[in-house]
Amino acid sequence: MIVDQVVEAGTYWIHEVRRGERLRIIDLRGNQAVDTLFFSATNTEERYSATGTMVAQRNIYLTTGTTLVSNYGNPMLTIVDDTCGRHDTLAGACAQESNQVRYAIEKRHMHACRNSFLLAIVDPKWKLEKRDITANINFFMNVPVTEDGGLRFEDGISEPLKYVELRAAMAVICLISNCPQLNNPCNAYNPTPVQVQIRAAE
Amino acid sequence: MALWQECVQPGESWSLNLKRGNRLRLHDLEGAANVAALFYNRECPTERYNMPDTLKAQHTAHLTAGHILYSDMGRVLCSITADSCGWHDPLCGFTHRSQDNLLTEASRNGLGMRDLGPTVNFFSKVVVAGDGGMRFVEGHSRPGSFVELRAEMNLLVILDTGQHPLDPNPRHAAGSVRIEVLAGDPPTEDDLCRIQCPENSRGFINTERYFL
Repeated sequence: MIVDQVVEAGTYWIHEVRRGERLRIIDLRGNQAVDTLFFSATNTEERYSATGTMVAQRNIYLTTGTTLVSNYGNPMLTIVDDTCGRHDTLAGACAQESNQVRYAIEKRHMHACRNSFLLAIVDPKWKLEKRDITANINFFMNVPVTEDGGLRFEDGISEPLKYVELRAAMAVICLISNCPQLNNPCNAYNPTPVQVQIRAAE
Repeated sequence: MALWQECVQPGESWSLNLKRGNRLRLHDLEGAANVAALFYNRECPTERYNMPDTLKAQHTAHLTAGHILYSDMGRVLCSITADSCGWHDPLCGFTHRSQDNLLTEASRNGLGMRDLGPTVNFFSKVVVAGDGGMRFVEGHSRPGSFVELRAEMNLLVILDTGQHPLDPNPRHAAGSVRIEVLAGDPPTEDDLCRIQCPENSRGFINTERYFL
């Protein structure tokens, strides 16, 4: 085990995962949303593509067997184990501004994932900036799309200690905001900690 | 009366400024078009179209008249004010070939690879089944279909008319598109897009505050 760390709700975690290493994210208390982005560690212009990943597998849900595809069309990581069943990549990250739109103009003050993302990349060593914060993965979040083109936010399908594990096909930077959202039923209005682990290549 | 118009051949790209209040009309001339489009705040292009914020604010996975396109800053970039087509795809992005075109248009406007995010794919329809499977609907758009956007901010618009990534047609070509820019009026209090949902009303409040 190279890394074994608890990430509290409302905080961020940024770490390199080398080729062949496995990243496990554990939903310690259940129904948490773990907002996640990946970048190539050698060229951060190359990054996780939500649309590229969905189109490559012709499916909007991420689960075991899903390969996360970059904006260059390269495989970045593969989901090798998933006890939750499916994960979202359409609903994005909460921001103070989207909270204003979704809940109330007066809710701008509330902490949001984009703040965590932006704080995490302040250190210039990561070579990341605001425009690199694009459509992310929400591990453990349940956002079904209906056949008539609707989008619903449903109660989570995750439970305590469910986890997802990914194997890196290239050296990547993993950027996580463990969502602090207090306005959304997806986490039962109760953001909770998660655990991240990196295991060495086999 | 169009301020100007232009015909864009299949597989080509275009970029244009669209002033707040003006309208951009896209016409699918042969019923075979796909227009991958990106939208930026002309004055501060780090503010740009945000696919997830657009979908979740309006609880939709497709776009049509009454919907608005949100920026990442909680503001309305543009509204879909008319649509004879009924469904435009926001889920699928663009092909590698289109990426080169979009990158060229981005570059000539001082932007680059990092600025290319998920597009709106006008005139294309992709439905999602219960298991999450995505299906491209062939023949969705008819010859003469059009969609009209009203700019709610001063915009840079980047377009590509390449084939949709899930279009199985082996020609690797889509149809040609006429783009028209028209003068327009700002949205009224009872505007269709503004009253579509309480979220959109708040999006317009944020946008109007930006221009005070």
